[in-house]
Amino acid sequence: MSTMLEVSGLNHRYGTGEKEHIAVNDLTFTVEAGQLASIVGPSGCGKSTLLRCIAGLIKPTSGTVSLHGDRVDGVPSDLAVVFQDYSRSLFPWLSVAKNVEFPLRWGSLSKTDRRERAQEALDQVGLSGVGGKFPWQLSGGMQQRVSIARALARRPALLLMDEPFASVDAQTRFELEDLTRRVQRDHGSTVLVVTHDIDESVYLSDRVLVLSKSPASIVADLTVGLPAERDQITTRESAEFVSMRGEVARLLHGKEAVTAAGDAAEWELAEKSATADVEAESKTG
Amino acid sequence: MSAITLSGRVGRGVSSILRTWLLFIAILVLWEIVTRAAANTFFPPPSKIATTAAGLWFTGPAGHLFLTDTVFDNVFPSLGRTLGGWLIASVIGIAVGVLVGRSRTAMDYVGALFAFFRALPPPALIPIFIVLFGIGPGMQTGSIIFGAVWPVLLNTVDGVRSVDSVKVETARSFRTPKGYWLAMVVLPAAAPKIFAGLRLSLSISLLLMVVSELVGPPNGIGISLLQAQQAFDFPLMWSWLVLLGLLGYGFNAVFVAVERRALAWQPTGGRN
Repeated sequence: MSTMLEVSGLNHRYGTGEKEHIAVNDLTFTVEAGQLASIVGPSGCGKSTLLRCIAGLIKPTSGTVSLHGDRVDGVPSDLAVVFQDYSRSLFPWLSVAKNVEFPLRWGSLSKTDRRERAQEALDQVGLSGVGGKFPWQLSGGMQQRVSIARALARRPALLLMDEPFASVDAQTRFELEDLTRRVQRDHGSTVLVVTHDIDESVYLSDRVLVLSKSPASIVADLTVGLPAERDQITTRESAEFVSMRGEVARLLHGKEAVTAAGDAAEWELAEKSATADVEAESKTG
Repeated sequence: MSAITLSGRVGRGVSSILRTWLLFIAILVLWEIVTRAAANTFFPPPSKIATTAAGLWFTGPAGHLFLTDTVFDNVFPSLGRTLGGWLIASVIGIAVGVLVGRSRTAMDYVGALFAFFRALPPPALIPIFIVLFGIGPGMQTGSIIFGAVWPVLLNTVDGVRSVDSVKVETARSFRTPKGYWLAMVVLPAAAPKIFAGLRLSLSISLLLMVVSELVGPPNGIGISLLQAQQAFDFPLMWSWLVLLGLLGYGFNAVFVAVERRALAWQPTGGRN
């Protein structure tokens, strides 16, 4: 296996002087070709900054990102990003098919090839018949499928996904997770998903990188020992999944006392009340 | 489709036409009755205005589609200046608006200047255009362009600036070349605002056409209107006024139809 993505010594700061905020602190990791890896970290820990540095959308303060050995300086041509907010990422003035064709327009493909490629991508995400519709005529989950199809149509060496399923309902999220795994295996593509959802990171990926609170740094690099063929019900019940989820949760939150609460949603509540307590203490003190 | 829903549809169609025109027709009839009863020279009845208007415009030779020389000498030049001035203003407004709007700092430099020029009532600039071009088509078209350019320009600036940040990132992540970025992302995103500006500019163009022609020959609807008034030919004066109303209505109707088509992708515009 060759290395697809190499991030080394990555730092990013916003602002200077007193207002300086370190979003990403000295991150180093690699992702192998054909791997489906996820980066999980608490909300606001600098995950988005990290993703944007990898995508070449922002220039890191220091450190380097390399894609298949080439140093990333500006957006690489064989990379695609799926953003969380599909309704803002899709172009409402273009039909679904035109949206998917969009990134192919300035390439070497002829018009017919472009159409075929877009149709193929729509077929892969299970949206064969809706090419002529406008995105707003589709449900949220279908819209996110369209943005996945648009990214796939580009045949990227690396597919980055920024909280891709955070804006859809739970049922749709399960479908999209399975879809992502299926598409990734069919293509042997390299996928890096950024998420705050512990369950999702474990279920979805072959490897989980756990980030600390802001500034983001890697606290663990775990290999997911689940079978390649996964099922939303049985996999989530399996001992391996439960223990893995617990491990990630413990790493994220650090406190043994709260590990009994296995559910990610409960984790977030615990986190919120913890910060509220800290704030209350600082006010009285 | 069953007969009931069909007749229901026809009924709805008829009732919507009635709703649109009922009050208009009622006022026309009322106006006819009142003006006939009053027999005031300054306010001829609508039927008289209509016959005068028909005689004025539609009694020409068959080879000219029955249009009279007045139409060719006065109406078409006015229409040409209005639409020509508006089109030139639109092209300038959109082009400069995109450049200024997409530049990070340009608006800081020119914003105050634009606001100043926009605040000037366009008809007040006619004397200046008379000095620049003399009285004639140049002055008239110039005034229309200058008056009509600001709504398009400022709305375009506003529109191209408000491109959603996620769309900006999406386009960047696909390495969208500049031409595609402008034509397929920036302009469509700004289109609703640009159309609002274009619509306002169109009515300003019509207004400035009349006002600029009032002050100066050689021809046009404005000067014909003024000459009719000065000759105490009131049915003729009213005919020109009616024509202006019809033009305004027609321009707007065509514009709305084009806008609907162009913005059919909008969720609210596309459903009806």
